[in-house]
Amino acid sequence: MALLEIENLHTYYGHVHALKGISLTVNEGEIVTLIGANGAGKTTTLRTISGLLRPREGRIVFQGEELNNVPAHEIVYRGISQAPEGRAVFTTLTTNENLSMGAYSLGGDKEAIEENRRRVFKLFPRLEERKNQIAGTLSGGEQQMLAIGRALMARPKLLMLDEPSLGLAPMLVKAIFQTIREINEQGVTILLVEQNARAALKLADKGYVLETGNIVLEGTAEELMGDERVRKAYLGER
Amino acid sequence: MEATFRPWYQQGWFYAFISLFLAAVLVLTGYRLSGPVFLQQLVNGLTIGSFYALIALGYTMVYGVLKLINFAHGDLFMSGAYLGFTFLGMLIGAGLSGQLLWYLLPIFLIVMVIVAIAGVVLERTAYRPLRRAGRLAPVVSALGASIFLENAVMLIYGAKYRSYPKEVIPDVRWAIGGARLTLMQVAMLVTAFLLMAALYIFIHYTRVGTAIRAVALDHDTSRLMGINVNGIITLVFVIGPALGAAGGIMVGLYYGRIYFTLGWVYGLKAFTAAILGGIGNIPGAMVGGLLLGIIEAFATGFVSDAWKNAIAFFILILILIFRPTGLLGERVAEKL
Repeated sequence: MALLEIENLHTYYGHVHALKGISLTVNEGEIVTLIGANGAGKTTTLRTISGLLRPREGRIVFQGEELNNVPAHEIVYRGISQAPEGRAVFTTLTTNENLSMGAYSLGGDKEAIEENRRRVFKLFPRLEERKNQIAGTLSGGEQQMLAIGRALMARPKLLMLDEPSLGLAPMLVKAIFQTIREINEQGVTILLVEQNARAALKLADKGYVLETGNIVLEGTAEELMGDERVRKAYLGER
Repeated sequence: MEATFRPWYQQGWFYAFISLFLAAVLVLTGYRLSGPVFLQQLVNGLTIGSFYALIALGYTMVYGVLKLINFAHGDLFMSGAYLGFTFLGMLIGAGLSGQLLWYLLPIFLIVMVIVAIAGVVLERTAYRPLRRAGRLAPVVSALGASIFLENAVMLIYGAKYRSYPKEVIPDVRWAIGGARLTLMQVAMLVTAFLLMAALYIFIHYTRVGTAIRAVALDHDTSRLMGINVNGIITLVFVIGPALGAAGGIMVGLYYGRIYFTLGWVYGLKAFTAAILGGIGNIPGAMVGGLLLGIIEAFATGFVSDAWKNAIAFFILILILIFRPTGLLGERVAEKL
């Protein structure tokens, strides 16, 4: 069953036509990746799903309900959360406070919040060591863990990750992607936006290739890995 | 416990200890050198400074979440002073002039609620429609709102000084080390301290308070967390004006007279205090307010009243040269 269904989505930044009618489907339990170069519209797609940007045309349907006109701050209550581009941790708040903000949508349910916090600490033991540290003083990798952990605090059905590999050392990328798989195995559906196509396709079940606001290719991860255009443009082969 | 990598000399408690130590040394040498005058001006300065601090919190919180200087904030504070005057007058009219003290708490609460509503209306009408209009338009709108409020109060109450009823708080005095401490000053300091402590606890230890700090950092990411950013902005326009209104009544009680340009006079000082402490920073506004009050009082006591503003602003300039972000301005750099 399709968890998230996007049909013919058009989004504009002022006069700039950023998404030119993209359609994609994310099924429950899958890891779906959206790959493409800088400026292709990957982040715009996530921001439109999260309600930070309004589509001018098209439909976003999540669990059978249309999200087009739901305010951004209510979308997380429907079960979608996002670790945004560039991590965007709250720099002057502590790690623990950042995580608490991730669970804002759970209201005053202390028990659920603490249980989620334990789960996040289990996935990222590093965060527990740094729990009282100001987030702005964490390393890049720790901030990325915090951004993902914070998104998980809301107990989402769909977790959207915007370039988790950005600016991280290869070792760390490997570890983070391993954790993403673990999160998926715990039953969270994942929509992963990446420039690092090789790592993303290795992890994903299905992928879409985005170029200047259009989806130019789609298929299973193996199909895309085998596709000559993908190999040339995104996997660096000649 | 936690593994923070800051060395001991960069820890918060070390700063606090050093500050307390320096303050103690200053107070003791000051007392040794000039005795009663020093102590007297310290008490006066703390009292005035606590007014500045209460008002400065409104400037700094609004700046925090909207990056907007709410120039009408001083006039909301002034409206609070006039509303307190009206309610006290009504009680005297009802023949309750002997028991005004017992009605002070309800008067504070009612005035704070009314001014908070005015603050919310101000945000809805003067600022929200301009949210996407760049940074200059809301500033002009704020100045307009300030002029509107000031003139409205002048037309309603008249342009003359108005006097607060005398001896609402009994005239009790104590002599300490040659200085005079009044019950009025103690009441003002305790009230201001309680309000600020309540705000500090709310901002730092509750879910919604933490959300205010999150919104001040990043609107979009806050939305992704499920925080209703407009709701938080409204809340800030409740808390700031309510604290300002309390400050208004306190100034009325302390000085005994109010006038319609009060908002401009105190607003400028409180705004300065907010900058001094680091605009956007809540403990900074408290520290900045108290410090500005003390500097002014010392300038008055040791130089002359006429020089107090020149000296206060000279010190402000000095501090900003060495710490452009204010005393407690954000220190943490973003990493990528």
